Amino acid sequence: MTAQDDVGYHARQQARWRLSEVAFWVLVLACALLFPSRYLIMTDILRLALFALSLDLILGYAGVVSLGHAAFFGIGAYSAGLLALHGIVPEPVLALFVAGLIATVVGFLTSFLVIRGVDLTRLMVTLGIALLLEALAERFSNITGGSDGLQGIEMQPILGLFAFDMFGKVGFFYCLTVLFILFLLARRIVHSPFGLSLRAIRNNPLRAAAIGIPVNRRLIAIYTLSAFYAGIAGALFTQTTALASLDVFSFEKSADLMLVLVIGGTGYLYGGLIGAVVFKMLQEIFQTITPQYWLFWIGLVLVVIVLVGRPRMHRWALWLPNLVIRRFAGRKAVVAVPERDGP
Amino acid sequence: MTTLFTILFDGVAYGMLLFVLACGLAVTLGLMNFVNLAHGAFAMTGGYVCAVLVNQSGWPFFAALPLAFVVSAAIGVALERSLYRHLYTRSHLDQVLFSVGLVFMSVAAVDYIMGSSRIFIRLPAALEGQIDFFGVGIGRYRLMIIVICGLLTLALQLVLARTRFGSRLRAAVDDPRAASGLGINVPQVFAFTFAFGCGLAGLGGALSAEILGLDPYFPLKFMIYFLIVVTVGGSSSITGPFMASLLLGIGDVAGKYYVPKMGPFVIYTIMIVILIWRPNGLFGRTAAR
Repeated sequence: MTAQDDVGYHARQQARWRLSEVAFWVLVLACALLFPSRYLIMTDILRLALFALSLDLILGYAGVVSLGHAAFFGIGAYSAGLLALHGIVPEPVLALFVAGLIATVVGFLTSFLVIRGVDLTRLMVTLGIALLLEALAERFSNITGGSDGLQGIEMQPILGLFAFDMFGKVGFFYCLTVLFILFLLARRIVHSPFGLSLRAIRNNPLRAAAIGIPVNRRLIAIYTLSAFYAGIAGALFTQTTALASLDVFSFEKSADLMLVLVIGGTGYLYGGLIGAVVFKMLQEIFQTITPQYWLFWIGLVLVVIVLVGRPRMHRWALWLPNLVIRRFAGRKAVVAVPERDGP
Repeated sequence: MTTLFTILFDGVAYGMLLFVLACGLAVTLGLMNFVNLAHGAFAMTGGYVCAVLVNQSGWPFFAALPLAFVVSAAIGVALERSLYRHLYTRSHLDQVLFSVGLVFMSVAAVDYIMGSSRIFIRLPAALEGQIDFFGVGIGRYRLMIIVICGLLTLALQLVLARTRFGSRLRAAVDDPRAASGLGINVPQVFAFTFAFGCGLAGLGGALSAEILGLDPYFPLKFMIYFLIVVTVGGSSSITGPFMASLLLGIGDVAGKYYVPKMGPFVIYTIMIVILIWRPNGLFGRTAAR
């Protein structure tokens, strides 16, 4: 067996669907059927999960820290809103795709700015781009509706068949389908040789370059893809809420997103999904305790997570499932979070 | 012509203010390589301390200013010793998450204690109004800011360049291991510098309430400005951030006057262009640290 076959074998082993993954998606579907009165909040969770998935692609797999990921979310949201409002692309699925493509183009163009420089410069540039877009959206208020946001968006039925209903059932299953398809795509990508090379870049860009990985081209590619995902998440937001306002670009949105991903853990794709559920639940709890000051508790969660240390926290979270696996499956625990940041 | 001078004057005052607010960050971010997005929170603390002392306890404005410095510095040193110090060696992502968490907490806490509306500090009568200087209207308050901040800058430069502490700090920053090998207590130097930077931010916050506006969202609103000063100015000396804050102040005031509709657009564009052109800042060292 040559070395290449060996690598291919292990990569395929890694990419196989595990039982826990199937169980996860069955659980998601079960939630959809069990809580028919909670469609709105569950839709919210799905959108956030997709958004977090897009950040995971660059942060967890390529090690690019972004403080302005809301930029692409906002572009997707406004694109979808404008496409529907002016009847340019009335059909939601097509509009979703077009909005994603617009975000992709912006992502591609800005990726050249982001790949330059070190962490700090990246933070500043991503943050700057998001703030720039927010300022632009405010400036061209005749198009974007300024601080009032886009109003009077009316969504057409999906594929001409399923009209959005009041209880959000159609919206929920629409989001779930989109999330699942995009998740499959992301899963395929990160397990491909391309995905493996991204992990090499995250762990050590210099070494990756030395073994012949075109670092910059790979980073541009994944950043662009991530922008596409974020754009889709933004478009879903507009389509399911029929609303797009300036705060889609805000810094808080990007910061919340990082919290979501950090709660769930980076670099194994499910982090964003699990994090979105936990984050929304936390937010609900805090908002019922102190409606006005829940930001304080979110901040406290962030500080505590960092001080405890993310790897340690994930070990605690995985203690119970691992115990169950050891007890009942009688083998070593397989669930582990690969938790390594870029340099 | 007079408007040009007024803009220049206001811009310089604004820039000086930004420098005092941000120069503490220049040390933590630029020299200690710690991404502290919560710097504005210390400035806000100083501002609110001053506001409470002047408006509610009736202290004179100039007596409240040093206290704003002291309280912010005390909070700064407490946080540095208890929390920040564990995070110096962590990844930038952890530092960002931590400091964003602190910002969120401070915003909500101040909102809870002081209310969410904008706060004004009652100024002494001597600082209100304008002086007419060869036909150019000069605000007394802004003139005072320029004087205070100018003196502070000079003092800082002297301390850094001439005193024993300054050379210790520079040594600790250049090579912490070698410095501690020479018997310099590096953590202490960093703690002291951090506290001093926080104190300056607090003083700046108290001074800026009149010009920038003071409300619980201050740390979020001006975070990007502080970061611009440091990243654009570079970190090799305090001259870099100083020039950057002057540029930013004049640019912002001029931008608001000449192209009011473009708002902060101009500033962000310039920042991105500069960072792309020179990732280590306009006046920074060329070698990445």
